[in-house]
Amino acid sequence: MRNRISVLLAALAALSVLAAAGCGATAEKGAGTAAGEGPVTGLRLMVPNTPGGGYDTTARTAAKVMEDAKIASGVQVFNLPGAGGTVGLQRMINEKGNGKLAMQMGLGVVGASYTSKSQATLSQTTPLAKLIEEAGAIVVSKDSPYRTIGDLVAAWKKDPKKVTVGGGSSPGGPDHLLPMRLAKVVGIDPRQVNYVSYDGGGELLPAILGDKVGFGASGYSEFLDQVTAGQLRVLAVTSTEPVPVLKDIPTLKASGIDLVFTNWRGVVAPPGIGDADRRMWIDALTRMHDSQQWKTELTKRGWTDSFVTGDRFAAYLAEQDKSVASILAELGLA
Amino acid sequence: MDNLGHLLDGFVNVLSPGNLLMALLGVVAGTAVGVLPGIGPAMTVALLLPVTYGMDPTQAFILFAGIYYGGMYGGSTTSILLNTPGESSSVITSIEGNKMAKAGRAAQALATAAIGSFVAGTIATLLLVFVTPLVVTFAVGLGAPEYFAIMLLAFVAVSVTLGSSRVRGFASLLLGLVIGLIGIDGVTGRQRLTLGIPQLADGIDVVVVAVGIFAVGEALWVAAHMRRKAMPVIPVGRPWLGAEDWRRSWRPWLRGTALGFPFGALPGSGAEIPTFLSYAVEKRLARRPEEFGHGAIEGVAGPEAANNASAAGTLVPMLAIGLPTTATAAVMLAAFESYGIQPGPLLLERQPALVWTLIASLFIGNLLLLVLNLPLAPAWARLLRVPRPYLYAGILFFASMGAYAVNSQPLDLILLLLLGLLGFAMRRFGLPVLPLIVGVILGPRAELQGRRSLQLSGGDLSGLVGGPLSIAIYAVLVILLAWPLIKRFVPGRAL
Repeated sequence: MRNRISVLLAALAALSVLAAAGCGATAEKGAGTAAGEGPVTGLRLMVPNTPGGGYDTTARTAAKVMEDAKIASGVQVFNLPGAGGTVGLQRMINEKGNGKLAMQMGLGVVGASYTSKSQATLSQTTPLAKLIEEAGAIVVSKDSPYRTIGDLVAAWKKDPKKVTVGGGSSPGGPDHLLPMRLAKVVGIDPRQVNYVSYDGGGELLPAILGDKVGFGASGYSEFLDQVTAGQLRVLAVTSTEPVPVLKDIPTLKASGIDLVFTNWRGVVAPPGIGDADRRMWIDALTRMHDSQQWKTELTKRGWTDSFVTGDRFAAYLAEQDKSVASILAELGLA
Repeated sequence: MDNLGHLLDGFVNVLSPGNLLMALLGVVAGTAVGVLPGIGPAMTVALLLPVTYGMDPTQAFILFAGIYYGGMYGGSTTSILLNTPGESSSVITSIEGNKMAKAGRAAQALATAAIGSFVAGTIATLLLVFVTPLVVTFAVGLGAPEYFAIMLLAFVAVSVTLGSSRVRGFASLLLGLVIGLIGIDGVTGRQRLTLGIPQLADGIDVVVVAVGIFAVGEALWVAAHMRRKAMPVIPVGRPWLGAEDWRRSWRPWLRGTALGFPFGALPGSGAEIPTFLSYAVEKRLARRPEEFGHGAIEGVAGPEAANNASAAGTLVPMLAIGLPTTATAAVMLAAFESYGIQPGPLLLERQPALVWTLIASLFIGNLLLLVLNLPLAPAWARLLRVPRPYLYAGILFFASMGAYAVNSQPLDLILLLLLGLLGFAMRRFGLPVLPLIVGVILGPRAELQGRRSLQLSGGDLSGLVGGPLSIAIYAVLVILLAWPLIKRFVPGRAL
């Protein structure tokens, strides 16, 4: 009985969307797809950042895999950049009930929703799935006096202002949150941390290579080649388990620091979408995740799979939201 | 000369019909997006990425490199003809370029830009082959204090653009600095002058400001004056460069190249600063400086060479250490990754064929651009024969489209109109518009580097003076500023 209702709802939702879009596809097709037969049509994926950035690459790759694996056809990816993703987030909230739209997001959007004092919050959205994650890394140049994370923390504790931290994101972003969380765990007041913000990994890298900052905090993949070439030293990674490509590098936990920090990317839908639409999205994303093409992309791009859907992702998002809010509040940014 | 051998291999690889076609497609597309304000090469490459997934990586990169070089070139066309810079790196071209166009020398301005871009692109690509390791070591050694010094130098250099009335010039510059303040402060994450509008959090895009002040302001100004008297149709004049033009252009081309290449290689300096410096240098060195402001060909030749040379310079850190210094380079790096190619210090060892073919394709792309654009220059110039009302309607159309294309935000159109009114008012009260744009471009960067220097030194003012380079730059600054005084006390030579 419930299933019939959901099919009906899906048909209704599909009809309304189609009517609104004035598009020529038939209602039966829309209804059938919700039950998981044939490719879904008319899906739109919003990227709240500029073309070419991390969210953009993830969204376009996901859309392409959905096409190739015949899960969905004609998935439209579009960019609505602004205020670290908050402009896009506001749009999601305004699109209340639109079951064909979803937004690519991640930890950066969580932080930005606080630093930009946005009216729209992620708690209003419908969480669909977390796709990938990336461990952070604490990096120094090869000439740095710090050989281990222990050395670094000891020096940092002694004079937090003097040991500068470079990161590739603006305040509130992942590279800013990582050193702040780390400081808190090792007993340094986050307000004492001298964080220098660089415009992405491209600007951060020379600052670390040229010993302009005490240490760098960012996603590990930003530095992989420089580490292989021996120009940079990774002191610790921030995941629960060591990263396979950096298997000799200890995790923070293994070094006696109780912190796990990953930068993740996921997908959320507008508030108030129908149950059927929510299930259709989760189903499509799950099938995308299970496809061979997605696995190939993961290896190719060095992404770590961390697929979680629906309520479990909602719980994760709520927990992340809370932790980000508390650290930013402490810094006077939220 | 091992590199030369590799480069020849690269030429062999690139000279296949398929690759040549890609290079041609790239430069045509690049020129087109360069002409349209708001759509930059970075966005084009990003949007083309999914299309190229099926392609051989070499072909894809040949295409991207063509777009990049083409975009740097195309931006000058609208700057010269319509006083509407297509890219922020061709803002300075419009000062002399548009004056030349209005004097019936549009074809010459376009030609000197085309040949200058070719000369600069070719020399800079050669430099890319031979001096990459050197430049990279140099670029990595520079920190925030050096960049801050460079920004200050750029500020002083552009003071020559302030116009005849210093007070009006500084007023305009300050307006620009204020517009540059709008948005989230990168150091503290706090919002400034955003009036609670989330779309303003990232600041106002330079393209929107430039197009609003230049194009919309100009269109309104012309519209306001057209009723009183019919405007004469702009003469088109001779189509080719004369001997005098060649004589006056070749030195600025070379000087522009020398300025543009190293700046391209520096992370976070961009293609605009060398164009400012080049303009200032040409104005100082010109035999007839009084022509500046009324269509001096040197003022087009130098900056145009500088922006193309900086495009090649950008590829130095990207290929050598996987470091993108512009948005386009960043997108190209993302493209490398999507092919499973890890860019970085080991790229040249792992993928020599790809890298050398890419470099060879830059030479080809450059040549194609010249072949394509030189004959087109007189044809473009004829565009000015279009009667003013239609011409300016067209400009307004492209201006609005470009401003909207930057972020797809309706708010940008409102901003465009407001800035257009500001541009109109500035013309009405005789304020030069260029210092404003300079303030918008340089202000935020100088602020960022200055504050970053102070952050790194823990608030100690000595942090603003870094290595020997920053000291050298400050010394040059002092000499420049004190020059009128020194001149008074140096007897004998009347300068």
